[in-house]
Amino acid sequence: MTGFASPLTGYLIVAALIFAIGLAGALVRRNAIMVLIGIELMLNAANLNFIAFWRFGPHPEALTGMMFAIFSIAVAAAEAAVGLGLVIAIHRHTNTTDLDKINRMKG
Amino acid sequence: MNAIFYILAALTITGGLAAILLKHLIHAALAVTIAFAGLALLFLQLDAQFAGFAQILVYIGAVAILVVFAILLTRGADLPREGVFSPTWLVGLVIAAGVFAVLGWAVLRSVNAIPQQAAAPAVSVLDIGNALVGRYVLPLEIVALLLTAATIGAVIVAMHEKAGSR
Repeated sequence: MTGFASPLTGYLIVAALIFAIGLAGALVRRNAIMVLIGIELMLNAANLNFIAFWRFGPHPEALTGMMFAIFSIAVAAAEAAVGLGLVIAIHRHTNTTDLDKINRMKG
Repeated sequence: MNAIFYILAALTITGGLAAILLKHLIHAALAVTIAFAGLALLFLQLDAQFAGFAQILVYIGAVAILVVFAILLTRGADLPREGVFSPTWLVGLVIAAGVFAVLGWAVLRSVNAIPQQAAAPAVSVLDIGNALVGRYVLPLEIVALLLTAATIGAVIVAMHEKAGSR
């Protein structure tokens, strides 16, 4: 098993990979719900970075990275609620969640 | 770097990949739940117990359930005829691979630039609570307001419209 140069590097690489997977999901899928899932994965990758830097950084007792991650989780929850509500509203208007078919802004 | 980290990283990445590759939306939602659980375990592995349990509560307990509800309410369980991937999927894949290449290059190049601590930080939930109602009390209140507004907004947006209001 080839190790990384430091533990922090391993976590940062994993976070970068999860971010890339989330970005690919948001760009590749047609369904609006899958795009939201991709965005959630990207937000989670950022949280992993915050926690990793908090754990290995110089002043963990200041709790900066931890607080940022906790607030980020709360904001992501609000985003998920509003985003999924919007998807349901769009589905009621246009009867589809396929983003390629939602091509007009008039209600 | 121990074996637990590699197992958790493999679990998380497999869950994420399965989520964006599986055709059925319900299967994708379950796979992304596995990815969220793997991330929560990675948080615990990083000695961030509070963030790990908050991740389990918020993501597995709330966001995954919301996603499943949205899938069922939009009849997303049946497969679309024209496939689940967008016509420009290759461009999206190339962009994602490019982003990962740049991020990985930057991380691997900057290994020695960051001072690192090996010892686990001695931070208890009591410290986090004191910080939340002390130094971070204003952001806490703003997040409370945001969550209230987002809940009301989501209900209003998803609510049935009255006839003739269009």
